[in-house]
Amino acid sequence: MSGALLSVRGLTKRYGALVVNAGVDIDVAEGRLHALIGPNGAGKTTLVHQVSGMLKSDAGSIAFDNEDITALDMPARVRRGLVRSFQITSILPEYTVLENVALAAQARRSSSYRFFGKVARDKALNAAAAQALERVGLSARAAIGAGALSHGEKRLLEIATALALKPRLLLLDEPFAGLGQEESAACIELLKQLKTEFAILLIEHDMDAVFLLADTLSVLVNGRILASGAPDAIRVDPLVRTAYLGDGEAA
Amino acid sequence: MSLALLVVQVLNGLQMGLLLFLIAAGLTLVFGVMDFVNLAHGVQYMIGAYLAAMFVAWTGSFWLGLALTLPTALAFGLLLEFVVFRRLYERDHLDQMLASFGLILFLNQAVKLIWGAEPLSVPMPDILSGGVRLMPGLLYPVYRLALIGVGLTMALGLHLLINHTRIGMLIRAGATNGDMVSALGVNIRRLFMIVFGFGAMLAGLAGALVAPILSVEPGMGDNLLILTFVVIVIGGVGSIRGAFLGALMVGLIDTLGRAFGTQMLRMALSPAAASQTGRSLAPMLIYILMAAVLFFRPSGLFPVKR
Amino acid sequence: MKTPAAIIFFALALVPLAAIYGPASYILNLGAHALIFALAALSLDFILGKGAMPSFGHAAFLGIGAYAVVIAASAGVDEILWQFAFASGAALVFALVTSSISLRARGVYYIMSTLAFGQMLYFLAVSLSAYGGDDGVTLASRSTLWGGPALRNDTIFYYVCLAALVLAYGLLETISASPFGRVLGALRQNPTRVEALGYRPFGYRLVATLISGAVAAVAGVLLANQSEFVSPAFMTWQRSGELLIMVILGGIGSLWGAILGAVGFVLVEELLSTVTEQWKLILGPLLILAAMAGRRGHA
Repeated sequence: MSGALLSVRGLTKRYGALVVNAGVDIDVAEGRLHALIGPNGAGKTTLVHQVSGMLKSDAGSIAFDNEDITALDMPARVRRGLVRSFQITSILPEYTVLENVALAAQARRSSSYRFFGKVARDKALNAAAAQALERVGLSARAAIGAGALSHGEKRLLEIATALALKPRLLLLDEPFAGLGQEESAACIELLKQLKTEFAILLIEHDMDAVFLLADTLSVLVNGRILASGAPDAIRVDPLVRTAYLGDGEAA
Repeated sequence: MSLALLVVQVLNGLQMGLLLFLIAAGLTLVFGVMDFVNLAHGVQYMIGAYLAAMFVAWTGSFWLGLALTLPTALAFGLLLEFVVFRRLYERDHLDQMLASFGLILFLNQAVKLIWGAEPLSVPMPDILSGGVRLMPGLLYPVYRLALIGVGLTMALGLHLLINHTRIGMLIRAGATNGDMVSALGVNIRRLFMIVFGFGAMLAGLAGALVAPILSVEPGMGDNLLILTFVVIVIGGVGSIRGAFLGALMVGLIDTLGRAFGTQMLRMALSPAAASQTGRSLAPMLIYILMAAVLFFRPSGLFPVKR
Repeated sequence: MKTPAAIIFFALALVPLAAIYGPASYILNLGAHALIFALAALSLDFILGKGAMPSFGHAAFLGIGAYAVVIAASAGVDEILWQFAFASGAALVFALVTSSISLRARGVYYIMSTLAFGQMLYFLAVSLSAYGGDDGVTLASRSTLWGGPALRNDTIFYYVCLAALVLAYGLLETISASPFGRVLGALRQNPTRVEALGYRPFGYRLVATLISGAVAAVAGVLLANQSEFVSPAFMTWQRSGELLIMVILGGIGSLWGAILGAVGFVLVEELLSTVTEQWKLILGPLLILAAMAGRRGHA
């Protein structure tokens, strides 16, 4: 268990006879970025759903800050600081960018069952939201309806939303997907900064980003962890090369 | 309560259930494959009954009338699909409900205008009239037995169609993932049209079959519509098997509940209390059933996984 | 208050003036009838437009309110303020019990669930011969207001209905702009995202349903008083369908749109029915055209 903030042991997910994930072990320590890579269909997104609480696992356990959270639902995990972003951006298109993030900040409050008082005028919420937007570089777009944002901007909004939730661990599901050259570079810089403040579990395809950011790298193939360790070691691991990186380099 | 009475009511319940199945089958497919909330399905049933009444009166023969009703009901369904529903496939469920509600208003009134508000009667065919001695003291109408027979045959036919033919496979695929089916090159519009028309025809057939034993009147489809929705919710939207089981459950529970509910309550309550409770509970039973099913299975008994 | 709402309320406030020049009783009663349905539609728009819950059993709350008047009156309580409280209380209980099942279901299952509970209440009312059963019950007179017979005056009754509508609008608009309202609105757009933010959707949907039900029950109390007659026909599924149509026609989500939709629907229905007996032949296609003209995409 060690000093890891997030400790996943033997996590398994089956759909009838189809085993999507089996016996997955992952540790993420504070201030470290653990990247998870694997070919399409390896079970990465399912794993994210299991860790975040969207899916119930069939076996295994998840410990967060030395607390067994396996039985907790997603909102409970979020409140403990286990925050995820979505592979297919999941935002509130009719609210403005600021409102999206402010709603996240609002979730940190003890209760949202408040029926009076214009939430749009809540200074504290708006300030917290503005702060998060500032960090990701979306301040200029604060008043725009979130549905009108470009793909890259929506991804940044997801991260800003996650930040406003005051996370302890960020679970990022392919944040680089669909980003252009410049946007990717900016995102890498952002994650470099965020890495120092939270633990990050990064699921990604983009190899450049992964090797620039990861402290630890795990490879998921057919629902099983094939190898796990320092990025440079994984890079030369023959098993991994054939199963995954080998195909990538040939492409 | 005699055995004969029980058998009668069970048969009645079976008959009601099978009739409901005919109507529900079309609706669950329309809903499952096309994700379309068609409140006007009940009027297809009504139109079938009116067409049967009209054709039987014209031709003087039940069989000829029935034979003419089926293609006409199909044509009418396709007409509705072409004029109204086709434009609403991509829309919100609420817009679909709005349009189909408008259709109900229009058609109920149109039927009243054309045929009058008084109930019509359709004479039963001679060879099917009369009763059959099922057991001592039990004379059961031949016609109702015939209905049960037709219902079971149609159920079997639908099962074979859905599970063992290519078009059935397309329908099942469409119910799980319409976009994928379309991407595979299947003409999804034509598939929708076929499903819609077929469903309309089934509902019309049910209406025609029931015409000799129920009164044919405006609005006869409305309450049946609600029952049909209860059936497909219990069974799971998009599932023919679910519609079959759901329909049988609804038919049996409603019929038996109304027939024997008060009597059974008498075992626990005073006659007066039993009578009042029985009268209150009986029509509610199927809704209580639906609520119970939804409590344990919020997507029905056999949900089609999308 | 949003400008369109203010304009609508202003126009509605002027109606009794117009009544001076025409058949007063008819105009005032029709007007009150429209206001009452506007109140019911408003409450439905709150859960539908703000919370994406298309209840097909909302007329049940109208029925609860109406029968609350009957039951209270038979127990000697004629004061409308008490009847409002009694109706709201009954509505809360009903909403709490039924929501525990309805809100577990999504999509058409939710819709049908609400329909089922509406039907159950309808059949219950039909079977209660003590309160008229299927035939219904005629009220001896309208309820009292602060002990006095003020409500028997059609003009005063009209303004009471309008006041209820304005108050309800103010309340629901305020709640929509509150922290609670923001979560509810978010639930309509993207429930997964809301859960991923750490909120549990059920509670918010439940409270919204409770509020909506209570408001609709108040409308039911007023309805009983307006028609001085109560019957199970107040809560048929067709009635629930009409409420949905009023909200859909008016434009889902704006609250004042529901008021417009309801008033429009009641007036068009009344107008058409005086012109021709076959008014449904005209209304039906109008609804179909309205549906086709709408721009809402696939849910």
